[in-house]
Parts: sequence; structure tokens; C-alpha cells
Amino acid sequence: MKSAIKTVAAVGALAGSLAFSGMAHAADTIKVGVLHSLSGTMAISETALKDVMLFLIDEQNKKGGLLGKKIEPVVVDPASDWPLFAEKARELIEKEKVDVVFGNWTSVSRKSVLPVFEELNGMLFYPVQYEGEESSRNIFYTGAAPNQQAIPAVEYLMSEEGGSVERWVLAGTDYVYPRTTNKILESFLKAKGVPAEDIMINYTPFGHSDWQTIVSDIKGFASAGKKTAVVSTVNGDANVPFYKELGNQGIKAEDIPVVAFSVGEEELAGIDTGPLVGHLGAWNYFMSVDSPENEAMIKKWHAFIGDDKRVFNDPMEAHYIGFTMWAQAVEQAGTTNIDAVRQAMYGQTAPNLTGGIAEMNTNHHLSKPVLIGEIQDDGQFATVWETDGVVVGDAWSDFLPESAKLTADWTYPWVCGNCEKPKHLTN
Amino acid sequence: MSVTNNADASRMRTVFFSILFVLLSLLAFSFPAHAQQNDAALNAALSDLNARSFKAKTAAVQALGVYGDARAVAALEALSEGRLYGRKSDKSVVIAERDGKIYRLTDPATGVSAGEATSRELKKIIANNKLRGLIRGVLGQLALSSSDSELRRAAVENVISSPTGGSLALLKSARDRETEDDIRARLETGIATLELGSDDPALRRAAVDRLADGNDPEIKSLLERRLLKNADGSFVESDAQVRAEVQEAVSRINDRLALFGLAEDLIFGISLGSVLLLAAIGLAVTFGVMGVINMAHGEMIMLGAYTTFVVQEVFRVTMPAEAFGFYLLAAIPAAFLVAATFGILIERGCIRFLYGRPLETLLATWGVSLILQQMVRSLFGANNREVANPDWISGAISIGGGVSVTVSRVYIVIFCLVVVAALAAFIRYSRFGLQMRAVTQNRGMASAMGIRTGQVDALTFALGSGIAGVAGVALSQISNVSPNLGQNFIVDSFMVVVFGGVGSLWGTIVGAFGLGIVNKFLEPVSGAILGKVVVLVIIILFIQKRPRGLFALKGRAAEG
Repeated sequence: MKSAIKTVAAVGALAGSLAFSGMAHAADTIKVGVLHSLSGTMAISETALKDVMLFLIDEQNKKGGLLGKKIEPVVVDPASDWPLFAEKARELIEKEKVDVVFGNWTSVSRKSVLPVFEELNGMLFYPVQYEGEESSRNIFYTGAAPNQQAIPAVEYLMSEEGGSVERWVLAGTDYVYPRTTNKILESFLKAKGVPAEDIMINYTPFGHSDWQTIVSDIKGFASAGKKTAVVSTVNGDANVPFYKELGNQGIKAEDIPVVAFSVGEEELAGIDTGPLVGHLGAWNYFMSVDSPENEAMIKKWHAFIGDDKRVFNDPMEAHYIGFTMWAQAVEQAGTTNIDAVRQAMYGQTAPNLTGGIAEMNTNHHLSKPVLIGEIQDDGQFATVWETDGVVVGDAWSDFLPESAKLTADWTYPWVCGNCEKPKHLTN
Repeated sequence: MSVTNNADASRMRTVFFSILFVLLSLLAFSFPAHAQQNDAALNAALSDLNARSFKAKTAAVQALGVYGDARAVAALEALSEGRLYGRKSDKSVVIAERDGKIYRLTDPATGVSAGEATSRELKKIIANNKLRGLIRGVLGQLALSSSDSELRRAAVENVISSPTGGSLALLKSARDRETEDDIRARLETGIATLELGSDDPALRRAAVDRLADGNDPEIKSLLERRLLKNADGSFVESDAQVRAEVQEAVSRINDRLALFGLAEDLIFGISLGSVLLLAAIGLAVTFGVMGVINMAHGEMIMLGAYTTFVVQEVFRVTMPAEAFGFYLLAAIPAAFLVAATFGILIERGCIRFLYGRPLETLLATWGVSLILQQMVRSLFGANNREVANPDWISGAISIGGGVSVTVSRVYIVIFCLVVVAALAAFIRYSRFGLQMRAVTQNRGMASAMGIRTGQVDALTFALGSGIAGVAGVALSQISNVSPNLGQNFIVDSFMVVVFGGVGSLWGTIVGAFGLGIVNKFLEPVSGAILGKVVVLVIIILFIQKRPRGLFALKGRAAEG
């Protein structure tokens, strides 16, 4: 009996000390949630973003962490399942008590986690180019808004250097990002005086694999004697058969250039790019850009991942910028408290890997440069055009009448993501 | 030259070297004095290629085109193929050939070697689409006088598709020299398209006559533009008689194009049907014959595609470059074996415990499919894998009227028919086929006759899976090779088998081609998404009317 009591006491003491050490452990680290799909359809794009987060956290820890504490990544797998994104986000904030989350790729997954972050006052860094028309107090958008990608790409193609394109095919996958982007592009083109009969809009389902008819339609549309270009918001797996069909049907970039907003180095890794030379991509970053920062980053990345064939792409750079800014904001605020860090984020700057300085604006979007590149036969992009300086990300498009009136500004006196006038009037 | 899997590039390079050779020999005789005098101009133009602005590069390309010497041609070719670099140390322009880790340099002005460099010492000179188009036209004009008819044929196309101010005169003199009929015909058409804008109504009329015989949509829209009005209300085509002829020509071309359009939909439909059939044929065996709802069927296709990738990589390492294109043939048996092995494992390890319980089978195989996907994802990574199209199945066949079919799809139609015929013959004539049919028709009786039904089940499942693997080889040529490959085909496969009639091979064939053709006739009218919806609604209505599909099995098997 006595021994039994002893045992219980020992177990209790042990459990107590474990719990205590656990608490001490929790207080010792700053937790960063990583919410990217590691399985399912989106794993193709998001796995690399998980890797880059581990890389950035590792780099920061080597420099001594933050506020004297180590950073601890908490990786979860929402498995390309949109409702699961919301559950995992809740788990990260409520159960794991993370201080910040880096994650999401598709717009639909972001829309799914948005109410969770707003309800629990979390902080999310979203690294992917998207359709805009959103500004949440709890999300920092480090990817491009339409005016930082789609609009400059179309302007480039309209210019003499880009081939003076007059006829446009807007081809996209059937979901919110392509539909919104194409709506913005259509009204932009019309504002530029392009007649309706010179715009062809085409949507295809996710994973569309038989592109014969559509490519043939594009060829037909382009035979009207005016220079034609395709603006592609085709997303994910459907891109490979689309480009294969283009190549096989002999459509050369000199004749009908295709500019894509969702095709980067990572996506090109699965395609024989020989027939695609000259087709375009518009991003805020290309791996091929010749700058000392970029070269150093790629070198470190390859050393971390142990494979010098792995690519570095635009959303990865967005995470790099987002993470750098967040770390600086935490240092300045002296705490990981969400509200304090958010205040410190405004006006935060970080060097772009392509040169210049990115800045976080009060509408939670970045100022970044825009680059247009042509695909090369080694699967990289060669920059053929770039903006002179940085472009301020615009949450609400000026080319949609109902959005043009809205302003996103989370500082006094506005303090609002979608208002026509400030919430707090000064007089 | 480094070993490259890029068929087009190597072909281009061969063409380029032959162009170079021809021009070298040609120019060596014709312009030696001229070349000597203007070396300064050449050097200036060459160094301008390395200018920052595309405007300066454009001017340099034009200057080199006027210069027209073999060295200029070599530099322009190199620029458009991305082999022209600027050396960082002395800002000189060099042509670089990659050789492993280093680049071998050639000085374009002298044609002699300029040593070696690493990629860090060089900066690629970027050409954009506009510049490449210009180079294509410039080189085309130079190659018009080549003695090789293949080169001339290509040159004519290039000049016609990127005409410049002097093109008409060049094309005319080329026509007068031309000895080959088909090239002259193409030249005549090209001249006619340029003469449509001539000031002389007689010339314009002759051009319209010439163009009315074609069936090119581009020429049609060229003619249509002659019928429009200018901003001031006058017609673009001022002569009323010529206008009437243009009108006539347009309507004649339209009639022909309508026919071509029908042919195009039909061909695309057959092509889509063959893909559906390939994806579904394995399922026709496992689901149709055995009655197993196998949700992991798509993953068998995916395994076949990954086997193709592995075989390709093995070939790339072990085989000489000439044999590389045949990796696909080797991949067919390999994919069959891999997928069939997995099929046996799944059947013995899981499905055989669930015969007669379709819901459990569905859930269990769904689970198996997820396991297989994640397994491939862990082994090969989440990214797409590149499976190259070998030379012999790249490119397209033009049928005319703007209709072209890609060669890979033609092969897939043929391949699909061969697979189906082989499978039908196997089931009909082989001993195993007989046993298979016996077991599916009456298991008890077959067992009483001494057939080991368990073994037959396993082998039938292996056969179905193996065929799915073979389908994966073909689909790797037109689709992504990613862990999700199978998911894209599983719904379509079930649709085809159910529509065609469960258990009927013929039904599967007719079902696949029927759905493919209906889909392709709907797509231009309704768009891809609505087209799919309409096809689905048609199938649902059809199944309401005929629950057993197109070709329902009759007799005892149907009741079982």
C-alpha cells in the first residue's frame, strides 16, 4: 500500500514537472504557424512554401532568434481541403497559440480562413498573387494585387515593345481569382478603347486536359489580322496540357504570345520548355534576376534544402519579405502581441531580392516592382521589362466602378478595409 | 553539343547549321569585297545587340539584316536561340555553346574561338518576341535565295508571316527564280496577300482571284477587311467591281471553312474519345467484368505514367541519344507490369475480402487510392514530372482550313485501338480469357469445373490494372505527370463504362467515342464547362431510360 502511494506520488510529481517544463518551454519560443497543403491538389505549389518557411525560421534562429527567444515552426497540413483550412487555422491559433501564421495559396482557402483570423484576432501572411477586392485587418497580403501583375502585363503587351497587341483572349480556370481578374482586365481593356469583339473570354474547369478545341479557337480568333495575345489565368494542373497543345499546334510566342499569371519557375519544372520560349510571365520576382541579394539567397536556399536544382519563385520571395518585415516589427514592438505587431508593420520595409525596397502599406498590401519575363529553354524567365520603381498594391481595383470608390486603410482616421469615407472624422 | 532532350531545339539547330553552311558558301563567293569594307559597320551592329534598350537592339538587327553576311546571320540566329552572350569583363558580344559547366565562346565578328567562360562571366543577351519575329523575317529574306528547297520553303513561310517593307520585291524575284511548284504556289499566295493593298485595281483583282481558291482563315479575314469602311465612310476597297469579287471570294471561302469546321470537331471528338477509352478500358475489365467498384483505377493510370517517367530517366542515363526517343516503347511493358503487380497486391490484400459488398469496396479502394497518391508524392515529390515527347510524336499535321491535329493524338488514337483489339482478342481466344468469362458468368459452376476462381479473380484484376498502366504511358504524353493524374480521369472512366453498358467491351468503345464526339460538338457552342454539364445531364437522362447502358448484357450474367 505504501509503495502504491509512493508510486502515485512519484507519477504525480513527474507529471507536474513535465507540465511545468512544458510551460517553460512554451514561454521560451515564439511559435510561427505554417498553413500550407502538403497533400492533395495544391501540394504541387504549397510544399515549397512550407520548405521556405522552415528555411527562413532556421536562418532567423541562426541569427539568435527574436527577442532572445528561438522561433519554433508549427507545420500543419490542410490537405488542399478548403474547410479543413479553417479548422487547422483555428487549431493553430487556439490550441497551438501561434503568434503569426504564414500560409494559404488559393483564394478560396483564404476566404475560408478569413473569418477565423478575424474572430480570434490572428495574423496571417498570404504570399500569392490574387484578385484583390479584399483587405482584412488580420491579413497581410504579400503577393501581387491585380495592379501589380495583370494590369502592367497587359500594358506591356499593348506597348510597341510588347508587340502592340490589339486583340485579347482572356483564358482562365473557372473560379474566383480568374473571374475577378478577367472582370478587371475586361473593363481596363474597354477603358483603353478595345472594342468588345476584340476580347474573347474563355473558362475551363479545374484540371482541364483536352485543350484541342480551345487552342484551335484561339488560332481562329488570332487569324483576324490584328496582333493577338492570350492572357492566361489558367491555374494548377491544367497548364501543362494547355502549353503542350499550344506547342504541338505550332503556336509560336512571336505570333500569339501567352502571358500567364499563375505559371512560375516551380510550375515550369514539369514541362519541356523548348516549345514555350517567348511566352510570358508577369511576377514581382524571377529567379533569374541578376542581383547580389538574389544570388546570396538562392545559395543559402540550396544549401538548406540540399538540392541545387530546387527553384525559388515569387510566392517564396513574398514569404521572405513578409517574414523579414514581421521579424522587424516584432523586434520594434518588443512583443509578439498581435495588435502591437500590426501597428509596427505599417511602413515596415525590406529589401526585394530583385533590388529596391518593398514597403508595407496601411492597406495591408506591399509596394513591389513588377517584372515581365519571357520563358527560356532552361525553364527560367528572362526579364524583358520592369517597372521603374515599386508599384503600390491596390486592394480595390480602380477599373471596377463599385470598387473604385472603396478605400482600404487600417490607420487613423480610416481604420477600415472597405469604406467610402473614414470611420473617424477628424473634425 | 550537349545531350539535349529538347527535340525542337536540336532540329532547329540542324536547320540553322545548314542555313549557315549554305549562306557561307553562297556569300563567300558573292560579297567578299563588300564584307571587307563594312567590317566596322558589322562590329558596331554586333556590339549594339548588347544594348540595354530593345529599340537599339532592333536597329542593330535591321543593320545586320542589311549587311546580310554569314557572320551576321550566325549572330542573329544565336540571338534568337538564346546563345548570344555579353562577356562581363570586356563587354564584348560572343556566341556561347554550353559544354557541361563551361561555355565555349566564338567571336561572331571573326568566327574564331574566343576561349571559354563560366556562366558567371557571361550575361545572356535577351531577345523578346518582337525581336525574334523580326529576326525570323530578316533571316527568311536572306534564305529565300538558298539552293536547298527545304530551307526556301521555311524561308517563304517566315517572310510571309513577318513581312517588312521590302518583302514584296523579294518575294517576286524569288518567285521568278523558283523551280519547285509548291513553293512557287506559296510565293504566289504571299505576293497576292501583299498586292491586295496595291494602288492598281487590276493587280488587286488578280490578287483576289488568286486568294479565292485558298481555305486559310487568315486570308479570309484579310479579304473581309477589304470590305470594311474607312473612318471617312469610303470603302477600303474603292473599286466596286473588285469589292463584288472580294464578297464572292469570302463567301466561297466561308463555305469551305464550314466543312473544315465540322471535320475539325469530328477529329477532335475522336481524339478525346480515344483518351476516354484508354482511361476507361481497364475499368471495363475490373468494374465491367468483375463488378468491382475500383476507385483506385485512376491511380493505376498514374503509376503507369510514373513508370514512363522512370523508364525515360533510365534511358536518358544509359542509352545513346539516338535511342532515347524509343523509351516510350520500352515503357509500355514496364508500365503494364508495375500496374499489374499493384493490381494483384490490391486484389489479394484488400478487395478479395470485400466481394459482394460494393459500398465497402468503394470506400476501401478510395482509401487505397489516397495511399498510392501520397506514396508517389513522397517518392517523387509533389511537383509535376517532365515526360518529354519524343521526336517522332511531336508536332502537328495540318489538314488545311486552319485545322491541324497534333501527331501525339493521332498516335494515341491508333494505340488505343490496338490495345482494345488486343484485349478483345485476349478475352475471346485465350484460355485465360475463357476462364475469366466462365467465372464472371457463373462462379459456382466454374469452380465446380475445376477453375481456381480466386486465382482468376486476381489475374483479371491484374489485367485491368495493367491496361490502366499502359493507358498511363499514352496519357503521360498529353497530360501532367503528377500524383493527381488519376483523379482527373476516374470520373470520366466510370461515366464511359456505365454509359456504354457494364460488362460490355463494345459498349465501352462506342460509349467513349460517342461521349468524346458529343462533347467536342457541344464545346464550341456552349463552352467547356457547360459542355461537360450538358454531357452529364444527357448521360443521367439516358441511364434513366436504359439503366444498363448502351449495350446491356442479356441473360444470366445480367441478373447476377
